[in-house]
Amino acid sequence: MTIIKPTTRTLAMTRRSFLGATAAGATGLALGFPRPAIAQGAPLKVGLMLPFSGTYAKLGQFIENGFNLYVEQKSGVLGGRKVEFIRLDDESKPETATDNMNRLVSRDKADVVIGTVHSGVAMAMVKVARDSGVPLIIPNAGADEATGPLCAPNIFRTSFSNWQPAHPMGKVVFDEGHRNVVTITWRYTAGQQMVGAFAEGFEAAGGTVVDALTVPFPEVEFQALITRIATLKPDAVFAFFAGGGAVKFVTDYAAAGLKGKIPLYGTGFLTDGTLKAQGDAATGIRTTLHYADDLDTPANKSFLSAFEAKTGETGDIYAVQGFDAAALLEAGLGATDGNASAREALFAAMAGAKIDSPRGPLSFSAAHNPIQNIYLREVRDGRNALVSVAGEAVQDPARGCRMA
Amino acid sequence: MDIGTFAIQLLNAVQYGLVLFLVASGLTLVFGILGVINLAHGVFYMLGAYLAWWLTVATGNFAVGILGAFAISFVVGLALESVFIRRLYGRDHLSQVLLSFGLILVVDELRQMLFGRDVQSVPLPEWLSGSLPLTDVLNYPVYRLVVSLLCLAVAVAIFMVIRRTRIGMVVRAGAENREMTRALGIPFDSVNRYVFAVGIALAALAGAVIAPISTVFPGMGDGMLILSFVVVVLGGIGSVPGAAIGALLIGLIDTFGKVFMPELAGILVYVLMAVVLVVRPTGILGKREV
Repeated sequence: MTIIKPTTRTLAMTRRSFLGATAAGATGLALGFPRPAIAQGAPLKVGLMLPFSGTYAKLGQFIENGFNLYVEQKSGVLGGRKVEFIRLDDESKPETATDNMNRLVSRDKADVVIGTVHSGVAMAMVKVARDSGVPLIIPNAGADEATGPLCAPNIFRTSFSNWQPAHPMGKVVFDEGHRNVVTITWRYTAGQQMVGAFAEGFEAAGGTVVDALTVPFPEVEFQALITRIATLKPDAVFAFFAGGGAVKFVTDYAAAGLKGKIPLYGTGFLTDGTLKAQGDAATGIRTTLHYADDLDTPANKSFLSAFEAKTGETGDIYAVQGFDAAALLEAGLGATDGNASAREALFAAMAGAKIDSPRGPLSFSAAHNPIQNIYLREVRDGRNALVSVAGEAVQDPARGCRMA
Repeated sequence: MDIGTFAIQLLNAVQYGLVLFLVASGLTLVFGILGVINLAHGVFYMLGAYLAWWLTVATGNFAVGILGAFAISFVVGLALESVFIRRLYGRDHLSQVLLSFGLILVVDELRQMLFGRDVQSVPLPEWLSGSLPLTDVLNYPVYRLVVSLLCLAVAVAIFMVIRRTRIGMVVRAGAENREMTRALGIPFDSVNRYVFAVGIALAALAGAVIAPISTVFPGMGDGMLILSFVVVVLGGIGSVPGAAIGALLIGLIDTFGKVFMPELAGILVYVLMAVVLVVRPTGILGKREV
């Protein structure tokens, strides 16, 4: 458990300490240290509402570590304010999400809330955030609604909308010569929004979706539908699954002999964080996502090495999303001298933020969803290796958002 | 759907049904014979899968993984029975539900501490990893056929033990009338330990055997627990042949439901259960009031 303890600094300053501080400050600047903080009394309370247990625990942990890494790189200070964390395990349970979020906002008086992974939980958080006005940064959940019909000035996202990584894949699949495609996913929001966005892109390019297969969430018995795919014999298959389901689908697909005969495409979740378990069955699968493990940029390289030094683990997209959530918060707080209650100025600065993210250039749409590159990756030697940029500065259509 | 595709889907359905039977068999023993509702059945399924993964990777031998998972869970089952479960016989179902729910939390936390929360896969030995060509694009993994045969073997073994052996006779007598069996001096209580341990070990065996095709992940037992209860209730509580029939029915309904009525695939199994219970409230082969 990482809680940065609040420290109170006094403003009293003798001439000697002033001189010393100035000298230290000058040295610090010259050496590239963070500028010493201007004390503001109470620390900034950041509520981290993430899954620390259950199926998504690992994702929650990576997001938290990414966020912490950024804060540590700034010596525990964002926009001149010391940061204090309030951790809350949301267990990925939508039924308790509203109570949990209310607790953070009303009882714990969080200045800002960061969360979460599960879309159902995130939607409950969005509703509380809309009522209370508390700044909310979503570091993963992709439900289109959060930056669509339910968008609000105080709600930001540093991850993606479900539409975003899936839509550019439509053109990619068409350009690789496939005309008839079968889609397969779980019958729930994320799956259907991604498959819908893929179909939109693919049909706009001129392709046909022959059949849209679905499995009840979170079932992992795919054999009947894999047989169906083999009967339909499409040119290619587009799939959305994640976690254990992704591992099982990819291995079943290969075991049924379809690998190498009917190419498999998907959004990055099909092969992210699961490659070790998928083994050779995943080799050659092409996916689109707003990140690739081997992006050759200074920001990504320094992020990955710092993350590994801190946690001993290889950073991934979830860690990047947490890291960027902290960067976005700092961009806002920098403009208000660390005052999170000057909300209008805070939100304006966050909306205008231009972040040199490990994933590439990151800015924000009028609906507060990321504008970012979507990369085409291919699984090679157990990595999601970059193939090309499938879409540059891809922006979600933000359907139904009044701010867009 | 041509006849070839139909045959393949039928194969899928039967194979899925057999797997469901293997998972549910332990539950029906514990539920039917001991009268204990064991909600923790699903986590022992998961534990079996993790043990198989861990042992297979550590020793490089898949057979060690399977047998080790079975043996370890059997011992765990014996220990649990003598410390906790035996206090529950004849108590009302709420205590059983509470205790086994507690077991879920404890076993799941132990899994987190021992094995972490990553998704894992169990490597198959060379001779099991092949596949048979069914059509020009579709293959059928040999291991799935092996699993089906194993499920059949387990079904026959359970049936023979209960019907044809002395221990089976004691078990049947105890399930019929606990007090009378005790009064006649038949060692029913010592047999109980083994029934519970075998129930747990069967759940773990199912998890271990299915691990290479299902992958190993936290929460993998949750869905299986619900389906196992459906199988047990559908077949008639405590009836092993009933569980087999129930499992095959679910396999058929689920597989063909996914193909023909994908919108309803999620609820067809429960509709089937509701219909059966309306017609036969004690399940397909159930005998008396529960």
